[in-house]
Amino acid sequence: MSEPRHRSWLKSPALWPLAGLLLLALVNLAFSKEFFSLTVRDGHYVGAMVDIFKNGSICLVLALGMTLVIATGGIDLSVGSVMAIVAAVAATLLQQGHSLALVLVAGLGVGLLCGLVNGLLISWARIQPIVATLVLMVSGRGIAQLVTGGFQVRIDDTHYTFLGNGFLFGLPLPPILVTVLYLAAWLGLRRSATGLFIEAAGDNETASRFAGLATARVKCLAYVACGLCAAVAGILASSDIKNANPLHDGLNMELDAIFAVVLGGTALSGGRFNLLGTYFGALLLQTLTETMYYDQVRSQVAPVPKAVLIVIVCLLQSETTRRWFGGLFRRASA
Amino acid sequence: MNSLFRQRLPQLVTAGIFLLLFAAAGWRYHEVNFASAPNVANLFIGNACLGIIAVGMTLVIFSGGIDLSVGAVAAFTNIFAAVLIEKHGMNPLLVILASLAIGTAFGAAMGALIHYFKQPAFLVTLAGMFFARGCAYWMSTDSIDIHNELFLKLSRDTAKIGGDTIHPLPAYVFLVVLAFGYVLAQHTRFGRNLLAIGGNEQSALLMGLPVGVTKIAVYALCGAGAALAGLVSTLVSGGDSTYGIGLELDAIATVVIGGTLLTGGRGHMLGTLLGFLIIGTIQSAITFDGSLSSWWTRIITGALLLGFILFQRLLLRATQKRLP
Repeated sequence: MSEPRHRSWLKSPALWPLAGLLLLALVNLAFSKEFFSLTVRDGHYVGAMVDIFKNGSICLVLALGMTLVIATGGIDLSVGSVMAIVAAVAATLLQQGHSLALVLVAGLGVGLLCGLVNGLLISWARIQPIVATLVLMVSGRGIAQLVTGGFQVRIDDTHYTFLGNGFLFGLPLPPILVTVLYLAAWLGLRRSATGLFIEAAGDNETASRFAGLATARVKCLAYVACGLCAAVAGILASSDIKNANPLHDGLNMELDAIFAVVLGGTALSGGRFNLLGTYFGALLLQTLTETMYYDQVRSQVAPVPKAVLIVIVCLLQSETTRRWFGGLFRRASA
Repeated sequence: MNSLFRQRLPQLVTAGIFLLLFAAAGWRYHEVNFASAPNVANLFIGNACLGIIAVGMTLVIFSGGIDLSVGAVAAFTNIFAAVLIEKHGMNPLLVILASLAIGTAFGAAMGALIHYFKQPAFLVTLAGMFFARGCAYWMSTDSIDIHNELFLKLSRDTAKIGGDTIHPLPAYVFLVVLAFGYVLAQHTRFGRNLLAIGGNEQSALLMGLPVGVTKIAVYALCGAGAALAGLVSTLVSGGDSTYGIGLELDAIATVVIGGTLLTGGRGHMLGTLLGFLIIGTIQSAITFDGSLSSWWTRIITGALLLGFILFQRLLLRATQKRLP
């Protein structure tokens, strides 16, 4: 590229969610000094920012998979239900006294299978993504209930609960795991042609196929990756609360994941994705949630400002608004 | 095969499945009178809210859109009406009108966002779902019993059928809404415009059809239907802001099982009635059985949904091959 590197960095879509994040942090700083305070308790760091990273890790990992799916021009509505199935399977196996390794493999395997079902329905049977993943969204919670027999299952295994509650270098383990996943994904996608393949399949499927790209396989694999991410999220969530609840695990999480991706500057029309943007988008969403908890907004009411924010962001990204603003600036300069 | 037959094949298949299911359930549970008039009436009454929402959803899906906010909007009007009537002692008729107006306005606003800003329908209505559910919790997180005279009188209205006493009002409301939806979808210009937009929005626009007005109106209608369903649920079981979680999925499943194409442009309102009957029969059969757990409803609904989507895909492929 002939453009200087700093210019392309300035144009990065990841800048917008980062700016939003900083703005929200400043607002918090203005209202409460405690927001940025970081204290050490029992050798662990404690503070609002640590909470954001820890509680946001589930949304972060879901958003990672969702970014890939949205980049192919699709959507996966089933991630919340997949989380519930994986949590139910893991908890039930743990209760039966199976080893941790088997539980983790089984959990990830279930996620992979769910992703594969979605992927095959979309790439092979050529069903619209919203519709195809709706099937698993509807039946997933039923399957999770079937696995646990309709009950909540408590998780006592300390090794398993360490995943969601443990600490590494004084920091909570889940965000570290998730950040490593992001780095691995970035290396795997951006340092090889895989990321480009995904974007090509999302941008123009026919053209990519004629160019010799196995678009169906690329799309299918994106859903498999999304299923795996949902499985990781399900394992983290259930080990965090030491419980698997088929009706409540991952409820509405698909929305948070989609919102995080959109906030991160990945357009829903597909063809382009930005992992760093998604990372900041998910953090922004979680910061918003934590801010509301901080200001004693009831947790049930928290979706209202979230919904307003997402509509505003979508409207800002829409062409109609850009045309209005474009007209505005032209008039101002004329 | 003539074209009308081919066009109505999904609905015919749905009708066949319904008859098979109902006959099987009636035979399996014949000692507890599954196929009796009171049970059929109760099937209509128990699922009336789902049916009302499904009618609105059918119209939206005709136009190629989707509305995921219906369950949350129903929850909002449910708790809104209960709070205003019970805690503030407002006139119930006024509250009913206000609830319907809010539902309609909310739907219209979402439709406007979808049309004017060219945003995906599912995203806008997802945000709408968050918004409405949050507002419902904001009204009240407690469940509220209704003691208002008019509401009590309406909910205690009884009819006798086959020797059993039932409370038929929800079913009446559903049937009226269904009749209205049927006429609107199958016998008016509006319904035809919906199908045209769902088939190909660009062509509809070039044909000079009022695309914007129609799209906004259909989301407004769907919002009104959801508000009405919320009011009916208040009547039946009082105010509860957790009402209707997952109801939008059931409604979409009902419509798709009824043979309406989820991509829009093809379908029939009577198919939705058949889909409603199938889901009602499954639920009713699971209740009658007693040994089957409630989650089988979800799994069977999901399986049926999958079957129908695949079937429609095959059908579409077959018709496309026929074209030169």
